[in-house]
Amino acid sequence: MTVIEARGLRKAFGTTIALDGVNLRVEEGRILGLIGPNGAGKTTALNAILGLTPYQGELRVLGRDPWNERDQLMRDVCFIADVAVLPRWVRVSQALDYVAGVHPRFDRAKAEGFLAKTDIRRASKVRELSKGMVTQLHLALVMAIDAKLLVLDEPTLGLDILYRKQFYDSLLSDYFDRSRTIVVTTHQVEDVQHVLTDLMFINRGRIVLDCSMEDFESRYLEVKVHPEHVAAARALRPIHERQVLGRSILLFDRVDRQQLAALGDVRTPSIADLFVAVMGNKPGNRAGEVQGAAQ
Amino acid sequence: MNTRSNTLPESFGSQGTAPAALSATRPFYWSVRRELWEYRSIYLAPLAIAGVILLGFVFVLIPLPQTMRAVSSLDAAHQRAALAQPYDFAAGLIMGAAFLVSIFYSLDTLYGERRDRSIWFWKSLPVSDLTTVLAKASIPLLVLPMVAFVITVVIQSIMLLLSSVVLLASGLSVATLWTQLELYQTLLGLLYHLVTVHMLWYAPIYAWLLLVSAWARRTPFLWAVLPPLAIGIFEKVAFHSSHFVALLEYRFSGGSEAVASMQGDFPIHPGMHLTPLNFLSSPGLWIGLVVFAAFLAAAVRLRRYQGPI
Repeated sequence: MTVIEARGLRKAFGTTIALDGVNLRVEEGRILGLIGPNGAGKTTALNAILGLTPYQGELRVLGRDPWNERDQLMRDVCFIADVAVLPRWVRVSQALDYVAGVHPRFDRAKAEGFLAKTDIRRASKVRELSKGMVTQLHLALVMAIDAKLLVLDEPTLGLDILYRKQFYDSLLSDYFDRSRTIVVTTHQVEDVQHVLTDLMFINRGRIVLDCSMEDFESRYLEVKVHPEHVAAARALRPIHERQVLGRSILLFDRVDRQQLAALGDVRTPSIADLFVAVMGNKPGNRAGEVQGAAQ
Repeated sequence: MNTRSNTLPESFGSQGTAPAALSATRPFYWSVRRELWEYRSIYLAPLAIAGVILLGFVFVLIPLPQTMRAVSSLDAAHQRAALAQPYDFAAGLIMGAAFLVSIFYSLDTLYGERRDRSIWFWKSLPVSDLTTVLAKASIPLLVLPMVAFVITVVIQSIMLLLSSVVLLASGLSVATLWTQLELYQTLLGLLYHLVTVHMLWYAPIYAWLLLVSAWARRTPFLWAVLPPLAIGIFEKVAFHSSHFVALLEYRFSGGSEAVASMQGDFPIHPGMHLTPLNFLSSPGLWIGLVVFAAFLAAAVRLRRYQGPI
């Protein structure tokens, strides 16, 4: 089943084009990472998917038109927005009461179970909780909802590494199953590399890379080239080159592994390395290059 | 199939039927509840005023036996005027407090959820913008008048009870006090006033404030007040007339001539003649309700487009 399908999605704020003809398709059971620099259009894309902003073009989420059916859609879609948006005056018990009151698919016992594993007390107000605890609370509320699609927009922004790890661990072990779909945007790409099933780069309102993680691992290889082979390696047209401790590290797209192994140490690049390669120093040029390669 | 579903654990069954069982009024009910959690002044402000009134009432209670002896020589109308004054005063103050809270609540509610970014959280739940705005509008329209009424009933009963205890303790009869106060009729008059004036007649005022609250990116109070002021000044300067100001005065004065025939300056009086038919047939009421509906529809539409500020 297709969970999200967008064709020619466009959105402009005045003269600034936030989304410039985005096509995307997300199937059920995937965990898609939407990665892009600040102002690339990530949040705008997510807001369109969630029915929070009007747009031009075609967009269906779970078969619905998000802008005109937001309240219906939210029975099957959950989201955690880029900053703590839980109202600061609300008590934990009130938040539970409210979500239980308005959401037909909320399992209160499940939320209580998640909260029991934390230090969050029922009588506390959100303003009294630490940033990490607020995220835990929001995640507990969201994970107790039997939704088909979960959208996370920078869910771990400003959290320390322990909370971040815990966040994705509980997401994978307590929430995700093959019938659910997760779309996540984050700048902390190293946190999600082993969580994602699909990867999408967005830049200047356009999708510049769209591949599954299996494709990512088979297509992209990074070679720490032996000094004597640098010229030979460059001849294979790497998409990016960087220097680390005097050694050249070259990133290749669709170059035979055997061939590369002869030139140096081969490994799968991190998403961050590919991101730098794609968005690089000259975002426009580089992006165009990889987009061409991706098609 | 039947036997099989009977053996399913209860949690499974309730999960399956929950969406159907969830009625349309539940999101509305919980949306109103959450307003009461956020704006506790909705009931705390009138309660605080009631507390202050009770404290002040001690100074009426102490000399009450002398007062009773003094008024016994007066005629019925003057007796009533002398005895009912603190009761009318209490009702008026509580009503005024509720009206003030209404104004500040209406101006803040749709602005506040954008300012603290919680609008993203509210919008992440299956509650429509219409339900949300209607729930917010119900606070000044229904909840606050009812809060004012209930608190007034309670505080006036306490005042009457305390007065009776004081009179009986000093060996006086409570008959004059009870017959002159006509508490039941006064409260009925108060209820009528709240429904006609505070709910129906003032409805467009609340809706205007909600609309500004949904629209303004900052200082909703100025946006609510300055445009009407500007129109009034413009009309005065350009046309040397003041129809717009008169219109606002008519609205704020509570359409009193339509609601009831007045005796004296206090709007609630046991002797007043309620004129509900007159009120229901006054064009001011219906024009006001049409304006109310238009402002509210605009607020619903604005909320759909708005995110955090």
